[in-house]
Amino acid sequence: MKLMVSVKRVVDYNVRIQVKPDGSGVVTDGVKMSMNPFDEIAMEEALRIKEAGNAEEIIAVTIGEQKAQEQLRTALAMGADRAIHVEVDEDIQPLTAARVLKALADKEQPGMVLLGKQAIDDDQGQTGQMLAALWDRPQATFASKVDLDGQKAKVTREVDAGLETIEVDLPAVVTTDLRLNEPRYVKLPDIMKAKKKPIDTTSLADLGVEAAPGLKVTNTAPPPERQGGKKVESVDELVSELKNRGLI
Amino acid sequence: MNEIIDRRNVEFTLYELLEAEGLNRYQRYAEHGRETFDAAIETAHAIARDKFQPHNRKNDLNEPELVDGKVQLIPEVKDALDAFIEAGFLAATRDYDDGGMQLPAVVAQVCNSMFQGANIGTSAYTFLAAGVAHMLEAHASEEQQRKYMDPIYEGRFFGTMALSEPHAGSSLADIKTRAEPTDEGHYLLSGAKMWISGGDQEISENIIHMVLAKIPGGPPGVKGISMFIVPKYLVNDDGSLGERNDWVCAGLNHKMGYRGTTNTFLKFGEKGQCVGYLVGEEHKGLSYMFHMMNGARIGVGMGAVMLGYGGYMASLDYARERPQGRHPDQKDPASKPVPIIEHADVRRMLLAQKAYVEGGYALGLYCSQLTDIQHQDPDPAERERAHLLLEMLTPVMKAWPSDYCLKANDMAIQVHGGYGYTREYPVEQFYRDNRLNPIHEGTNGIQGLDLLGRKMMMKGGEGLKLLGREMQATIGEAAEVAELKEYAEALGQSLHRIGKTVEVMGARMAGGDIRLGLANATLFLELTGHTIIAWIWLKQALTAHRGLARAGEADQAFYQGKLQACRYFFRYELPLVQPHAELLQAMDDTTLAMQDKWF
Ligand SMILES: Cc1cc2nc3c(=O)[nH]c(=O)nc-3n(C[C@H](O)[C@H](O)[C@H](O)COP(=O)(O)OP(=O)(O)OC[C@H]3O[C@@H](n4cnc5c(N)ncnc54)[C@H](O)[C@@H]3O)c2cc1C
Repeated sequence: MKLMVSVKRVVDYNVRIQVKPDGSGVVTDGVKMSMNPFDEIAMEEALRIKEAGNAEEIIAVTIGEQKAQEQLRTALAMGADRAIHVEVDEDIQPLTAARVLKALADKEQPGMVLLGKQAIDDDQGQTGQMLAALWDRPQATFASKVDLDGQKAKVTREVDAGLETIEVDLPAVVTTDLRLNEPRYVKLPDIMKAKKKPIDTTSLADLGVEAAPGLKVTNTAPPPERQGGKKVESVDELVSELKNRGLI
Repeated sequence: MNEIIDRRNVEFTLYELLEAEGLNRYQRYAEHGRETFDAAIETAHAIARDKFQPHNRKNDLNEPELVDGKVQLIPEVKDALDAFIEAGFLAATRDYDDGGMQLPAVVAQVCNSMFQGANIGTSAYTFLAAGVAHMLEAHASEEQQRKYMDPIYEGRFFGTMALSEPHAGSSLADIKTRAEPTDEGHYLLSGAKMWISGGDQEISENIIHMVLAKIPGGPPGVKGISMFIVPKYLVNDDGSLGERNDWVCAGLNHKMGYRGTTNTFLKFGEKGQCVGYLVGEEHKGLSYMFHMMNGARIGVGMGAVMLGYGGYMASLDYARERPQGRHPDQKDPASKPVPIIEHADVRRMLLAQKAYVEGGYALGLYCSQLTDIQHQDPDPAERERAHLLLEMLTPVMKAWPSDYCLKANDMAIQVHGGYGYTREYPVEQFYRDNRLNPIHEGTNGIQGLDLLGRKMMMKGGEGLKLLGREMQATIGEAAEVAELKEYAEALGQSLHRIGKTVEVMGARMAGGDIRLGLANATLFLELTGHTIIAWIWLKQALTAHRGLARAGEADQAFYQGKLQACRYFFRYELPLVQPHAELLQAMDDTTLAMQDKWF
């Protein structure tokens, strides 16, 4: 079975995000970029499935600017066998990403598509679900445990009420949550090996995909500055303070 | 937790200042480029941040203990080292065929320094192991390499350098550890070694001590020192571990800092059975050890830089967030207090830290790149140039950052006010950790003697002339840039002062005034160190000046910062050279003439 993993280039999670003065977005100029942490988890899970003998090939896919190939190289150094770069310069919306992945799934016929449950740049968390719908295959989102059993996968999901375990038929879409695994560090010799692995470049047009117009960002603003706290002397005071503010 | 380092400055130093991408002109690095360098650095940073930095304080609070003859460390140390080894950092510079990445030394230095900055105590184990492996690669027999070096590169064995003894630290000529030859080819060692870092631990399968000892009947002094491989467990021909060798860890030293690294007092051969294997030839041990020490001296300087860097990053964050007081011309007591970074005196302390740590960092990477040139350049003249420059710069790279980045740590505490004096903030530990660096790998006093007594005089002063030519090239370039002209002139004068000082002192020493000539060697080291760092700052300023022309908004600020730090160094620091030079040229004997009884 083949596994397909999507990998997105995002602002590194350690960077203190700054909003552009004109509100058109966040500053990315000169800012450190990395692989979306949830995608690293998806990549790690794919590697573990392959290492357990349950898959033969891992294909890493990214949709984005030329520089997103850096993240593909990281995926290849982690252990992906080959990569596909769908080159697009504009910001990608979840529906477009889902359409691209659907087109690639038709072409590659993977047994499972693994995605991060969301990307930390805009936290939309929709691509996996949309892909499942377009592809017309089962979805197991927010996975914190994945067990393969022949043509089925048993997936434990993190839901509001706790954990839920479901069984899906393969091929299926799995989106990964934080507790699923701890991604490995890239090994130095593998950085050199990754250079020799192939990256195929393609485009929306080649794949016959139309970009979704759906969303338009009208403004980006930093969260309001936090107000100082207040110390109260007694429980009574606390209760009346909460009531005053209409919180209870 | 503070940032380990300003990543923009790593990029600047490596790619803009040193143009390290160009190293792929060498056959060995042909497959490399910025992409592979960045990937290695990224991995180093991630492991340093996730696995090393989080237990830095815990190491400090939980000194290693000797329990029933075994050294106990907190478990995080092994976890971190395992991650380091598994990612391939021990063998980073080795051949592809040997499981390495053929990483240039300068990029490997960037990686290693991340671990030093994150946790100096834990990083020391692999720092020493790598140093031993490199030394064995250069000087040990094939069999010794197979038995001891290969397992070190695999991360199974660690190594130490065992030179110092309780009575002999600076003066290795006086060591007493003896090595008696036996009929079976090995030697039997007896004696004691003091201060041995990593001298015992339970993390690695085996420990390989590189011991300096004297073979009876050999020449006196340093000419009679040989080097031995003394494993903890003897290694059988098939590589399996045999008997426990006859040495013991007789005690641990309780240190001011660097507490994650065990520091040991070792006794060899109490039962007369301590087996050691000679490396190379008899009586040549010190020269082999210098192979390791020269690398280690640059590494120690880098460690000092990185501890300084940690303090700088922490105090910069603090200064931006701590509101206190108002500008002196603000008369309204109801006005909002300003963050302390607004106060010029706090900026002075931040600027000084920046000038020290970024100056030291750039010098350290410059030195590492010279080792790449020294080993890879096809042109023998170019290799020789790199070698000679390294000889000149090594004592400075060891001593200057260990003095001045310690000073940076002192200022980081000062910026924090009372909070800096508590264990709630990381800066007091950085200071204590860094206080070791002027002491080990040859005290800074010894570095001064090396620089003035040996390096300046060797090959008829060829080293200083070379250094002068390198500096003149930078001076010439900077003289063409209006804003940098002032600095170009100042550097030219300092360089001239060094030349004059060496001329005057050299003549007097040649005439027999050796004791007086070397009396102020530490001042000479400081004078030379300041001049070299000023040179490195001028190079950075030239690079920043070029960068400014095409910089975006964020980069504008970065380059302005570089130019301002350069200005700080030239206006506030470099002038120190003049009084030092005057004192030295006058052959001042105040310290030498002082009598023991007069104290
Ligand atoms: C934490 C720690 C870790 C260490 N790790 C190791 C290790 O792994 N392996 C190892 O072999 N050693 C190690 N050392 C030993 C270290 O290298 C020595 O402490 C150092 O060389 C100084 O020797 P000493 O302590 O005997 O001091 P001394 O040599 O007694 O020096 C005392 C003072 O006298 C000065 N002095 C001495 N001789 C002269 C001279 N000729 N001219 C002018 N001034 C002089 C020195 O500069 C110093 O200020 C370590 C030390 C420490 C503290």
